[in-house]
Amino acid sequence: MSIQGIQIENLSKRFGEGDTAVFALKDVNMQVAPGEVVGLIGPSGSGKSTLLKCLGAVIDPTAGRMVLDQQVIYDEGWKVGDLSALRRDKIGFVFQSPYLIPFLDATDNVALLPMLAGVPNEEARRRALELLTALDVQHRAKAMPSQLSGGEQQRIAIARGLVNQPPVILADEPTAPLDSVRALAVVRILNDMAKRFNTAVIVVTHDEKIIPTFKRIYHIRDGVTHEEVGEGRLPT
Amino acid sequence: MISLAGRDILHAWGKFIFTGVGLGLLIGVTLIMAGVYRGMVDDGKVLLDNSGADLWVVQQATLGPYAEPSSVPDDIWRSLLTQPGVAEAANITYLTMQIERGEDDVRAMVVGIAPGGAGTLGWPRYLVAGRQITRGHYEAVADLASGFQLGDYLTIRRNQYKVVGLTRRMVSASGDPMIFIPLKGAQEAQFLKDKDAILMQRRRTEANPALNRPNLPGLLEAVLASQTTNPSVNAVLVRIKPEYLPQAVAEPIERWQRFTVYDREQMEGILIGKLIATSARQISMFLVILAIVCAAIVAFIIYTLTMDKIREIAVLKLIGTRNRTLVWMILQQALVLGAIGFVVGKITATFAAPIFPKYVLLLPIDSIIGFVAIQLICTLASVVAIRMALKVDPAEVIG
Ligand SMILES: Nc1ncnc2c1ncn2[C@@H]1O[C@H](COP(=O)(O)OP(=O)(O)OP(=O)(O)O)[C@@H](O)[C@H]1O
Ligand SMILES: [Mg+2]
Repeated sequence: MSIQGIQIENLSKRFGEGDTAVFALKDVNMQVAPGEVVGLIGPSGSGKSTLLKCLGAVIDPTAGRMVLDQQVIYDEGWKVGDLSALRRDKIGFVFQSPYLIPFLDATDNVALLPMLAGVPNEEARRRALELLTALDVQHRAKAMPSQLSGGEQQRIAIARGLVNQPPVILADEPTAPLDSVRALAVVRILNDMAKRFNTAVIVVTHDEKIIPTFKRIYHIRDGVTHEEVGEGRLPT
Repeated sequence: MISLAGRDILHAWGKFIFTGVGLGLLIGVTLIMAGVYRGMVDDGKVLLDNSGADLWVVQQATLGPYAEPSSVPDDIWRSLLTQPGVAEAANITYLTMQIERGEDDVRAMVVGIAPGGAGTLGWPRYLVAGRQITRGHYEAVADLASGFQLGDYLTIRRNQYKVVGLTRRMVSASGDPMIFIPLKGAQEAQFLKDKDAILMQRRRTEANPALNRPNLPGLLEAVLASQTTNPSVNAVLVRIKPEYLPQAVAEPIERWQRFTVYDREQMEGILIGKLIATSARQISMFLVILAIVCAAIVAFIIYTLTMDKIREIAVLKLIGTRNRTLVWMILQQALVLGAIGFVVGKITATFAAPIFPKYVLLLPIDSIIGFVAIQLICTLASVVAIRMALKVDPAEVIG
């Protein structure tokens, strides 16, 4: 069996027990191939964040199976041992707010991840700088987060998500605070990076401006997903 | 790997320096408290060293002459000289009193020293200025800490003394500077009654038919004379011959002459174990309170620093930072805070110690103990913050 990218089968998540139990995810199926960017949209309380948390190995699903880059992560209650290392090496996160570490400069915010994985400082910084260059923020490499604009911060956060070259990137409303020009720029970056590093990208969004850019969209409602073909229009 | 703690400290250095300095002042006070205790112990030892004695012969069943009043006849030193093993014996009196100095007065311990010369038991061993007492009367050697200078005059009871020599670090067990005067004057100062009291007693004696007998001429005069002489001293200092053991010399004196005799070790036990024991307990209470205050400050500041970073900690956890990396980050910050505090405290204590009226002895061992203690306190104080950081749920960052 060789599953590239990320795949989940019949993933379910229940919060609580008995009468008060909430079924946040019900038999969700999803597959995202390397180099692909898919959208995940749904109304408030539909289960988007819960799904993202399961995909990000931050909370454990109640049932179902998840395979990430040919490695089984969850299988009907079983899970891999070291989820912390898995997140570090296999999953890139991009959040609604950049959440940069305020006491590290732009380069080290990005280089921190490879450093945590044991990569020597110089090599980690070289990789970080390479990404900052690709994202066109290399001129801010030595700036502290408080000295950066919102868009610059978000690009650095994307660089951090990419730096360990994870097979999957999970983006949680990455464009919410940005205007439409900037929002589309971020989506373009995510698309470019997905192709360049052969990464599967899942973007949770409410943002009408970027929904038309996805080729494939998962709609989620009351914990149930269904797949839809998107417009796939990425303005240049 | 870069040091997360170090970067955070550099980023928020103002907070660290200010808290560190505040903590440092507290640690400085703590070190000085320890120094005050060490100073008291040292004062006691210096007092014993300066006396030059191997044995102290004091009134039976007293802890004299430093811890309790003691009086022994001033002629027994001659008979002590005939005891086996006794090389030297000399009378000594100690009296702590207020002595006028210019406008105000100074608390001092007046030491009455037996006639002799430099090297006699009880005499100051070395002077920093001037000379030893040469005439039998009206000269004094004062300690620098008393504030007297060469050529000054000081009044003790009815007599005036001229300061002819100065000593350094000659103090009583409670840190009062010593003033050495000839034994005779010191005896008068301690045992002589004032003029009115003598007159009253003379009248009472004359009125007593048992003592004032016309058929026994000279009896009244003899009685009056014995009433006004001062045949007591507080102790006799004894130096023993080198081949004798202190206990072997002390034992026959205690048995046959009915005195209590202490050797150097016992005397030190009395000074440190009894005389300053209450002060020592007092100081240790302060040390405990200061330690608790330090712990509270460190705990509070590390807690708030961690609280300020709670979101970053959640993000760090989410992107795969291990718990032990986060624990180490918080712990390091607490230890750095402790180290800043220690350095500031050590500097404060070193500069403040000489200003204190009592001798403050800063021992390196106390600094080492202090450093280890403060690092332990910081480690304990960071526990609350560490627990909080471990509880942070990385899932909070999403959604
Ligand atoms: N820890 C939890 N305990 C209990 N119920 C939860 C928990 N987390 C989420 N839920 C419930 O699961 C359902 C899905 O929540 P989720 O946060 O995934 O929604 P969402 O699609 O992200 O909504 P939004 O767009 O408002 O962020 C909701 O009904 C929510 O109340
Ligand atoms: Mg949500």
